[in-house]
Amino acid sequence: MNANNTHADEAVTEPHCSRGNEAQIEAKSEPPHVGGNTIGRKPLLWSIAALLGWFVLYLNLAPFSHWFTYDVLKLEAGRHLSAAVEFFVFESPKVLLLLTLVVFGVGLIRSFFTPERTRRILSGKRESTGNVLAALLGIVTPFCSCSAVPLFIGFVTTGVPLGVTFSFLISAPMVNEVALVLLFGLFGWKVAVLYLGTGLLIAIVSGWVIGRLHMEKHVEDWVYETKPGDRAENESQIWPARIRFGLDAVKDIVGRVWLYVLIGIAVGAGIHGYVPENFMVTIMGKDAWWSVPLAVLMGVPMYSNAAGIIPIVQALLGKGAALGTVLAFMMAVIALSLPEAIILRKVLKPRLIATFFGVVALGIMLVGFLFNWLF
Amino acid sequence: MKLQILGTGCAKCDALKQATEKAVQMLGVPYELEKVTDLRQIMSFGVMTTPALVVNGKVKVSGKVPSVEEIKVLLV
Repeated sequence: MNANNTHADEAVTEPHCSRGNEAQIEAKSEPPHVGGNTIGRKPLLWSIAALLGWFVLYLNLAPFSHWFTYDVLKLEAGRHLSAAVEFFVFESPKVLLLLTLVVFGVGLIRSFFTPERTRRILSGKRESTGNVLAALLGIVTPFCSCSAVPLFIGFVTTGVPLGVTFSFLISAPMVNEVALVLLFGLFGWKVAVLYLGTGLLIAIVSGWVIGRLHMEKHVEDWVYETKPGDRAENESQIWPARIRFGLDAVKDIVGRVWLYVLIGIAVGAGIHGYVPENFMVTIMGKDAWWSVPLAVLMGVPMYSNAAGIIPIVQALLGKGAALGTVLAFMMAVIALSLPEAIILRKVLKPRLIATFFGVVALGIMLVGFLFNWLF
Repeated sequence: MKLQILGTGCAKCDALKQATEKAVQMLGVPYELEKVTDLRQIMSFGVMTTPALVVNGKVKVSGKVPSVEEIKVLLV
């Protein structure tokens, strides 16, 4: 094996994946790519050096953006354009740096949680406990929406209750590190924490409700007759392989979302310092209670990942839309979509799909109202 | 050798098929490649994440598209 090989052939990634880094390579004594050039020999040393470099960069962003705006570009202080440029030069590297670190960290954590292991943890769990665990595991288990169907079959045929499976399927795409970092970077930690908390709550409660409704007979009949094959697992990853996994996650996810992030920040910079306009306030403001259900109804059929929706969120908020309304829209777009309904139709009968969408949409609406009431 | 690509037809599955073909041709061994799209058949291999690469009946990769170099190592 040639350990010094660099990636001559880049892995091609699926553009529609909210989390492309679900990955296991198995049945091998040694990972094929320890990446001898960059990491491998002294992964720990490299990690510490990279982390130090990260902090030096992060802590110097504010003086850098100030220096760049007023000394290099020689923009006049106090102007709207100068403020917008400074905002952009400060925010873009900040959010991208945060994203890189968090995606790497979550990548490391994910290397411990394969879908198989998650299934083993959830299998035979009682409801309620199972719903909570499933929603939490949804955050750390590598998941891509293109695997939703095999995952669903793999779960329900090995003793994971239907409602618990749904808790996982709701939480996994909606509550993810990209959404959280972007919300934290652009709107502050309170919004990010509320999103995390309410997202988990929606996943837990919706899954529990679906479980209570006993809709097992609305799963396509052949699903429960499927005998999933057994597969020997090889989970003994070594640390360089885990670091590799984290780096791949960074390359994959950051490589896919950076442009949306920059667009989102550019939109934010453009409206930075402006007072909200009346236009959106009347139709999506706090007082228009019907804006929340409307936002959810509009968001449900649409499909986008967390990063793609951020520019729209920025623009709507900048124009005076209420936070709860906008977040409800964002959750509806990420968690539910028409393509997803079509994919799930393979394993679910229409009534269960309708129930699933209805319960989750209702949960998102309640969260929208809650946010509007809190802020 | 017998190669099977498991996947319900997403873009990744196609990428894995192409990468695998490239890798096996570079190795110059005779092979037979089959695309498995039937869900029941996919499940019978015990994978929960697609795409997956099966070599002579054994699951080698699931849930990702490795580089051609990585696949070459897995095929040897």
